[in-house]
Amino acid sequence: MLALPPASQPAARRQVFVGTAVAGAAGFMLIGGMMATWLKFRADAPVRESLKRGFIKDWMPDKIVVPEIAANMMLLGLFVICIMAQWAVYSAKRNDRTHTGLALGVTALLALASINAQIAIWTQMGVGANDGAFHSMFYAATGTMTALILSGFVYTAVAAFRYLGGRTKEVELVSAHALYWYFLTAAFCAVWFVIYVQK
Amino acid sequence: MTSIETHLPTDVSASTPTIATWLTTADHKKVGRLFIGTSFVGLVVGLVLAILVTFERINADSYQILSDNSVPQVLAAVRLLLTFGTVVPLLLGLAIAVVPLQLGARSNAFPRLAAAGFWTWLTGLGLALAAIIGNGGPNGGNSNLVDLYLSGSIVLGFGVLMAATSIAVSVLTTRAPGMGILRAPLFTWSSLVGSLALILTMPVLIGTTVYVYVDHRYARAGFGGNTGVNQWIGWALSQPFSLLLAIPALGIVLDVVPTIGRTRLAQRSVAFGAVGVVAISALATVTQTSITLPWEGAKFLDNAGTKIADLLPFLLLNVVPVLGLLGVLGLSLLTLKSSKLVISAPLTFVLIGLLGILLGAAAHIVGLVQDAGLIGSIYEAGVYVPITFGAITIAFGGICYWGPKLWGRSIPDKAATPLALLALLAIGLDSLPYYVAGFADQPTGLVNGFAYSGPQDLWNALTCAGFVVMLLASIAFVGLALKSFTSGEAAGNDPWDGTSLEWATSSPPPTENFAGVIVVNSATPLADMKSASSKGKVA
Repeated sequence: MLALPPASQPAARRQVFVGTAVAGAAGFMLIGGMMATWLKFRADAPVRESLKRGFIKDWMPDKIVVPEIAANMMLLGLFVICIMAQWAVYSAKRNDRTHTGLALGVTALLALASINAQIAIWTQMGVGANDGAFHSMFYAATGTMTALILSGFVYTAVAAFRYLGGRTKEVELVSAHALYWYFLTAAFCAVWFVIYVQK
Repeated sequence: MTSIETHLPTDVSASTPTIATWLTTADHKKVGRLFIGTSFVGLVVGLVLAILVTFERINADSYQILSDNSVPQVLAAVRLLLTFGTVVPLLLGLAIAVVPLQLGARSNAFPRLAAAGFWTWLTGLGLALAAIIGNGGPNGGNSNLVDLYLSGSIVLGFGVLMAATSIAVSVLTTRAPGMGILRAPLFTWSSLVGSLALILTMPVLIGTTVYVYVDHRYARAGFGGNTGVNQWIGWALSQPFSLLLAIPALGIVLDVVPTIGRTRLAQRSVAFGAVGVVAISALATVTQTSITLPWEGAKFLDNAGTKIADLLPFLLLNVVPVLGLLGVLGLSLLTLKSSKLVISAPLTFVLIGLLGILLGAAAHIVGLVQDAGLIGSIYEAGVYVPITFGAITIAFGGICYWGPKLWGRSIPDKAATPLALLALLAIGLDSLPYYVAGFADQPTGLVNGFAYSGPQDLWNALTCAGFVVMLLASIAFVGLALKSFTSGEAAGNDPWDGTSLEWATSSPPPTENFAGVIVVNSATPLADMKSASSKGKVA
């Protein structure tokens, strides 16, 4: 008599979601550590007299103008991405393929817009990474953040590809994708406040 | 429910060449063995270089083999190889290979991520070592290769992160039905804690290295150029980070002791707490760097309020991990007290290794008291080396213990046990003379040009001898393991009469580990199965 095949492995407990949470925590520590180093440099900088603002920390050179509008739009864009990603989850849970696809598409578009805004900031500032400590750290921190946003864009593309390819039961992947964008937005909030507001 | 990368396809190894199988494998047992095997190479090369450094220190008047330029490079290579070339891959490899078996899972979570983690780690380590060989490590003279060293370190860090993520997610999501986290084996728990610690600290290291890389490549204005490399990222190659890396080793101790003693672990929940305490304190210490104690013993009662304010973080971050280690040791001894003591290689290795880690962590406390004047002295090496050797020794014990499960063959006890005693000798020789030399003000980071009263040649000769002993023990262990695992005695499925799930499958396990789903009802599921089986026979 033939034996029955073994039972299948029980479903893993939201593996993609947990994995994304772990990756998000790592990304947050990456940006958190970089912001801590930035603040240490800023705090250790000597005080000097500024032409515009009295006595200030000798950290960011006077001639540098950070394009704050682009930075603010980037922050706003990331907030909207969170809403779009959550909309994708909402639609996917209701098996609404059209709206899920639309939400993931807008998410991807806004992610590209955020990267474009970052490139605009670098271009408008017109400084080189070899001009001083502030400059090199600025490029290192914002470059790392941009790389993380790029990874979010890739995640969106993968989620859209799989979902729109027919795996409409994979709501967990869409949820995990939204969680990743929450992490990225939280990380960018730190970057925005430390680098673009506090400078 | 998303179903990606949770299960591997059926084994295709039979139809593909062996080398291709190893290069493309995502089987957690093979990936774990790749990590372990590569770490042996890192260990031997690291110890050879350490012998060179300590040999140079014997005669501090002139160089015998090295030169002014090569000393910082060799010192960096020693730490890199012993830390990220040995301890990290050895413990990660054991965890990747064993933890899914302990969980009753068919595979680890994200198996391809773990495999990619191995190759990324290996690439990063290779780039960093190539840079060091070409005079590009910390303080290196070749700027382009210093950049290569930094970028290699970043790549290496990502590889470690990938592997740690796979382990942590495996423990969190693939446990057998009924296996709550407190029913998981202690090695699984310590691997989870150690992996999460890596996931929280490695990104900080990567971020700092990105800053140093960009600054070194373009501006050289903020991070001290090539001489500032170790100042900014050197913390990853010293205590307390070394203790953080050793956390999975504590779980090996707590799994081996009750199994070899044929008894249950005393105060199991306390053991979970002890491992957690070490992790939390070590993690806090790493993120805040070292908290030193400006005690000013001569003015004992002056500024008592300030001293108490200094003492509290010092105790929390430096003394509490030692209390956790003492807890692990105490529970191990308590367990052995209630058991029939049988001397075996795994038990000897893990107890000696635990003593080494405890010695280093306790010495670390003394080293941070500013009155002792040990900061910046060679004493710091006497803290790092016993912790590192202790973790390696425990991992050797883990290989003796789980090797039969992974390779299907046993390492003979009688041949392996003396090697544990050699490791004990090496830990003693590479710690106690360093302490004496440290109190005599021998500086760290130098191999030449120092002088102090006392037999400095003797202390440095003893440390050199310690590294030679560890090298011999390591080579003998690797040789013994290779011989045993290729042509040794067949181990059987449950050679230690174990109680956890890894012993419930064949040795070596099939591709998907278990034939069916195992439902867990206690912390010792295999013991329950054996008990039920024997009751059935009696009935």
